Amino acid sequence: MSAPSTPRTRVLSQARFELGTLLANGEQLLVSLVLPLGALVGLAYTTAPALGAGRRIDIAVPGVLALCVISAAFTAQAIATGFDRRYAVLRLLGTTPLGRDGLLWGKALATLGVEVLQWVVIGGVGLALGWQPHLPGLPIAVVFLVAGTWAFVALALLLAGLLRAEGVLAIANLVWVLLLVLGGVIVPRISMPGALATVAGVLPSAALADGLRAALGTGALDGAALLVLLAWGAVAAAVAARTFRWSD
Amino acid sequence: MTVEALQRRYGAVRACDDMTWHAPGGGITAVLGPNGAGKTTAVECAVGLQRPDGGAVRVLGTDPWLSSADHRARVGVMLQSGGLPNGSKPLRLLAHLASLYSAPADISSLAGRLGIDAFAGTTVRRLSGGQKQRLALAAALIGGPEVLFLDEPTAGLDPHGRLDVYDLLQQVADGGTTVVVTTHSFEEAQALATHLVVISDGRTVASGSPADVVGERTLESVYFELTRKAR
Repeated sequence: MSAPSTPRTRVLSQARFELGTLLANGEQLLVSLVLPLGALVGLAYTTAPALGAGRRIDIAVPGVLALCVISAAFTAQAIATGFDRRYAVLRLLGTTPLGRDGLLWGKALATLGVEVLQWVVIGGVGLALGWQPHLPGLPIAVVFLVAGTWAFVALALLLAGLLRAEGVLAIANLVWVLLLVLGGVIVPRISMPGALATVAGVLPSAALADGLRAALGTGALDGAALLVLLAWGAVAAAVAARTFRWSD
Repeated sequence: MTVEALQRRYGAVRACDDMTWHAPGGGITAVLGPNGAGKTTAVECAVGLQRPDGGAVRVLGTDPWLSSADHRARVGVMLQSGGLPNGSKPLRLLAHLASLYSAPADISSLAGRLGIDAFAGTTVRRLSGGQKQRLALAAALIGGPEVLFLDEPTAGLDPHGRLDVYDLLQQVADGGTTVVVTTHSFEEAQALATHLVVISDGRTVASGSPADVVGERTLESVYFELTRKAR
């Protein structure tokens, strides 16, 4: 009798498959790695924009690490899922032993895999540029990495499950640019003009970047930022679970 | 596999309207019907992609909508809409799908049989329609299914490709797999079917062995008479 492989094998295989597909896609690699790397080098060798008090590279690197999470968990995942839905990939895999749950776990693990690669590259380049992270804060940074990934993957699935693939492509890229410029990611919220800082205070992008800056700068846990991230993740996941369509 | 008084609506449209038929175990059932007759909807209910509004579908004794990984491992599916990831290459995709099963079919043998070797290094987005059909069929067969659902498997294939697929499906059925094929092709139904189902406007208008359904006439003339009456 035909039988499935173990759940672990199925999910890991899907994660490997997704990871390979993500890394083979030049456009997604550009958004996930090349652009954040360019942002880091640009911030390191220029004085604009102003990032506030403290060593510039120590403020820049956590912001770029947050940008990596947004790129991989939100922009790349929304676009990939939108087109997988368009081409009925989600439907076909839903009929295999992988199932819909396994598919979602595979996507989440693949996203974490991309993020680990991003963090190694950005962290390595950051260290070469003089970044001095507060290493005891690393476990807290990992908590923010996981919470941020959850929140942004939930937002990606919310977007990808509602709109047509072309709409997902346009909006995911637009949101990435808006969060980069106005979302408290690269320029810390406290260095932004008053009204913008207030708005950024409730955005998941600023919460993730603030949490990483606190963890890797002083080793502190920014509880308010973590709550904002978890709230975005919970609301987005609940809405996505209700609205996600598996086919166009 | 049984479909019993199946109802499935899309707004005011009744895609399946008290549809009843079955596919005998170990044979090849060809489901014929005009566009919009409800063939694809019935198959999608049978593979758990759609939830019936009424009636029941059972595959290997299980409600497909509630199916587990164990059940899905016993069922192979080829969708009309493809489902192949555009950025992947054929052999990598087949290797991934094979890893979802404990005892998958031999990839190189399956790829050789379906001529996939010839385009193994090409990404899916660059494949022709016929090449995608071959790959989708291999994907459906990779788990060694006990029941195989194929939604228009030879659409887009050239005559040689169709004959290759007929031979392969015959071999699969001879091995004990129950095969359900939706098709518009009388040639395909006549070449393969041990059981025929004709549906029109969401209802079954004929079901039985080819001899029962066709008798002394041709399948084509019976089909047009049955589907015209229903329309």
